[in-house]
Amino acid sequence: MAVDVSAREYTTIKEAAGPLIVVEGVEGVAYGEVVRVVTPGGEQKTGQVLETSRGLAVVQIFEGTSGIDTSKTKVRFTGDIMRISVSQDMVGRFFDGLGRPVDGGPEVIPEDRLPVIGAAINPTARDYPREFIQTGISTIDGMNTLVRGQKLPIFSGAGMPHNALAAQIARQAKVLTTGEPFSVVFGAMGITHEESAFFMHDFERTGAIERIVAFLNLADDPAIERVITPRMALTTAEFLAYEHDMHILVILTDMTNYCEALREISAAREEVPGRRGYPGYMYTDLSTIYERAGRIHGRKGTITQIPILSMPDDDITHPIPDLTGYITEGQFVLSRDMHRRGIYPPVDVLPSLSRLMDEGIGPGRTREDHAGVSSQLYSGYAEGRDMRDLVAVVGEEALTDRDRKYLEFADEFEKQFVTQSRNDDRSIEETLDLGWELLATLPEGELKRIDEHIIKKYHPKYREAK
Amino acid sequence: MEEEGTIEKIAGPLVVANNMRGCEMYEVIKVGEEGLLGETIRLNGDFAYIQVYEDTTGLKPNEPVVRTKSPLSVELGPGILKNFYDGVQRPLKAIKAKVGDYIERGVYVEALDRTNKWQFTATAEEGCEVEGGDILGVVQESKVIEHKILVPPAIRGKLLELKEGEFTVQDCIGRVQTDKGDVELQMMQKWPVRHGRPYKDKLDPEVPLLTGQRINDTFFPIAKGGTGAIPGGFGTGKTVMQHQLARWADARVIVYVGCGERGNEMTEVLEDFPKLIDPYSGETLMERSTLIANTSNMPVAAREASIYTGITIAEYYRDMGYDVAIQADSTSRWAEALREISGRLEEMPGEEGYPAYLATRLSDFYERAGRVKVICSESEDRIGSVSIVGAVSPPGGDFSEPVTQNTLRVVGDFWALDSTLADRRHFPAISWLRSYSLYSEYLGDWFAKSVASDFMEQREEMMGLLQKESELQEIVQLVGADALPPRERGTLEVARMIREDFLQQNAYHDIDSFCSLEKQYLMAKAILQWYDSVKDAIDGAIGVDKLERMRIKDAMARMKYIPNKGFRAKYDEIMSAMKAEFEELRAIEADVA
Repeated sequence: MAVDVSAREYTTIKEAAGPLIVVEGVEGVAYGEVVRVVTPGGEQKTGQVLETSRGLAVVQIFEGTSGIDTSKTKVRFTGDIMRISVSQDMVGRFFDGLGRPVDGGPEVIPEDRLPVIGAAINPTARDYPREFIQTGISTIDGMNTLVRGQKLPIFSGAGMPHNALAAQIARQAKVLTTGEPFSVVFGAMGITHEESAFFMHDFERTGAIERIVAFLNLADDPAIERVITPRMALTTAEFLAYEHDMHILVILTDMTNYCEALREISAAREEVPGRRGYPGYMYTDLSTIYERAGRIHGRKGTITQIPILSMPDDDITHPIPDLTGYITEGQFVLSRDMHRRGIYPPVDVLPSLSRLMDEGIGPGRTREDHAGVSSQLYSGYAEGRDMRDLVAVVGEEALTDRDRKYLEFADEFEKQFVTQSRNDDRSIEETLDLGWELLATLPEGELKRIDEHIIKKYHPKYREAK
Repeated sequence: MEEEGTIEKIAGPLVVANNMRGCEMYEVIKVGEEGLLGETIRLNGDFAYIQVYEDTTGLKPNEPVVRTKSPLSVELGPGILKNFYDGVQRPLKAIKAKVGDYIERGVYVEALDRTNKWQFTATAEEGCEVEGGDILGVVQESKVIEHKILVPPAIRGKLLELKEGEFTVQDCIGRVQTDKGDVELQMMQKWPVRHGRPYKDKLDPEVPLLTGQRINDTFFPIAKGGTGAIPGGFGTGKTVMQHQLARWADARVIVYVGCGERGNEMTEVLEDFPKLIDPYSGETLMERSTLIANTSNMPVAAREASIYTGITIAEYYRDMGYDVAIQADSTSRWAEALREISGRLEEMPGEEGYPAYLATRLSDFYERAGRVKVICSESEDRIGSVSIVGAVSPPGGDFSEPVTQNTLRVVGDFWALDSTLADRRHFPAISWLRSYSLYSEYLGDWFAKSVASDFMEQREEMMGLLQKESELQEIVQLVGADALPPRERGTLEVARMIREDFLQQNAYHDIDSFCSLEKQYLMAKAILQWYDSVKDAIDGAIGVDKLERMRIKDAMARMKYIPNKGFRAKYDEIMSAMKAEFEELRAIEADVA
């Protein structure tokens, strides 16, 4: 990185519009350079160069442009790109969205200052994620297994218990073979004080607070700052994982607010909008966040990501969940319908998916019957749900015996398998055995997705006989 | 002599440079002090607009910009196979060795190793007349591919000298006397990626590209030299489908382009291919493959280039006379890269912000597929093919969007992925009602000759039954299945068997992952035979409940897990068991009567 040592100061702001300022008469401004701004009122702000040409620079101001004028405001180009001071001492600390301590503690004494824009991991350096993480939640462990180094978002909606679910995962997650706990890097973008307090209380209550680093940009904090918060969090996570061999779970919430900030900047720049006004490069932009999850050959630490996003109007085809789903390795989808019926966690398994599941389960990782049980539960539940629709039209009498069995299966599946309390930490064996109990209510001939010798070994009917 | 300009403006991946008069469109440019790789995409007076293939953070106005005076090209020669490149053909393993786990900027590594020596065996004779495309000799590039060293397309003349022995790709291996003087030959040639390599003639798509996937081969076959599109929302299995095709397609060479997709997916290919065994050659899949990766977080401009890099490599192996298949996952990301650059150029947007030339670019790309007579001397008739399968990722799974629609206008196969099938874990989630193949009529003769004369009839019958099922389902939704006449219930039952026992195929199952054509044919035959017997039985007043509960159905459901080898024997067993069970049912019925 070419760094200009001589920082240059100007008072030549030509234009301020939305979150952007245009500075003229500048020289040698680098693309992506960090800018410090001092308003006539003495307020300090931070910005980043979005576009630079001879004599002209477009700068986005993270704290917003209020207080900036076009005559006295000082703009200093630092000659450096956006960096964060990182140290192992950050664990247990709270920071604002730009990485400044907000917990009253001292400044971090940096071990290193790292650029927040991470370079892409060379695909040949990646190690394929295949270590099973037990979250203690049946719908996840049994049917949408999370593995270490995966990025698996929660698609939720306003008013649904995604925070409770994320906190439960953070609390209960462990790797079965070693029992190592995760340290959590928590990045909050535009969530409310209550939501943030919920997480903090939960982490405090369980003692997790000692292994957490939190970056908090709350709802009343500057909106543009949100575009940098997840990068602060991930840079810290990478440092802890790859330099200090820690296993990190990154929770980013709420990605929807992040995308809104992105759209605001794009609109201010008068760019050609893509779908619903979001910028055309949103896919690429989101990927530079999500793709920072993973494992690297020869390094011990790992980064697992659980971004949370609230789908506007519960619409999964909205650009934010849509583009996210194309990048992440699956998704957990929460269902409003199930939530209304009092089911917790309201994970709708049908649209949910974990793409890395197949490699993370099976003999030596979970149990040999895992793949078959999961697949069979899926098809059984899907069939049962179809029957519900059918019953609504023709009534239960018109169903065949077989259909009725599936209808009951779907109900019991939701009651026993999906539902669990917020402190219920089920082992994978418990989850799979529960699955078998449900499958045993179906005729054995219907279990086409499970190999015969597995049925003979695990089906409750044969187990009892033994 | 190099010519230099200076940077005027930087906006993301787009750099504008001044003092560039005389620069050509699509010329490669080295940008800034670090010499970042870029390409001109618009010229305006003294200004050149350059898309940069690397991250531009830290670039400043006034930094130098240097012309290379050559278009974006790939290096073609031994060493491409088993290699793993980024979008502009930089070898990723060599980059890792040079700079570590992350891809840094300004790193330059040659695509083909300059030090590695290959054993070259001459096959052409000194003194004979040669022209572009003629084979000079061969190099054993991998265990399964004999790399034919070709005379570069534009050269014609007398072969003055041809050496034999161990050479690097740049060593002189011979000389040709042409009209314009003597030309030295190397094993390596360069070719601009945006131009298709020449060929003599395009042939009809008469030979299928077999994939080992039942729904693809039996229902919607693709021809060698054909094109196919796999559109589907996220989670519908596009990538698994692409991986399956790359694994099992009966092409000799596979070019896999991961275009704007997940890093871990490329890692998976990279880990799997050296382990999986190619059913045709018995060696690992890596021996016949080359991978090109521009993951979603890698620079966006290189994504635009990656599919051209891929197709040019594919054409090169086609010219040797091989059947090549190229998988592009996903062409939507390529189109989005196009849109992003177009937006930065402030071009007038077309539909959904895509540039107006999206359709042209897409058809240019797909038209580079084909089964062709490659260029070479009159005396030889060499045939090679390039088949393209492109995944499409429509936003929200909505097929009416521009990339899907423009793709459908040019491809011969439409494999529509359906999210309701994926939700219930019916994989491959290809919708049998929406998909089509334009090649099936061309391929009918081949199937009749190579498999069985009634292959196509069986296919028609199964598709007819599924069509009938979807009609009957509408009635069932209103009145329930019980209200249907027995014969229709039999139809529903056989349709279910076709869906679950034939079309569903488990990519992760050791045996089911690949299904030979003979096995596909016999599985279909067994299901249709069962249906014929059921119709007879129903006419013979046997209750449909009994038929639905037949034991043989379990055995038929597990047919897919019987190995390809020796399938016929097992099939015979199943057929005689089926016959016996039907006779048993008839006997009981007769007793009751």
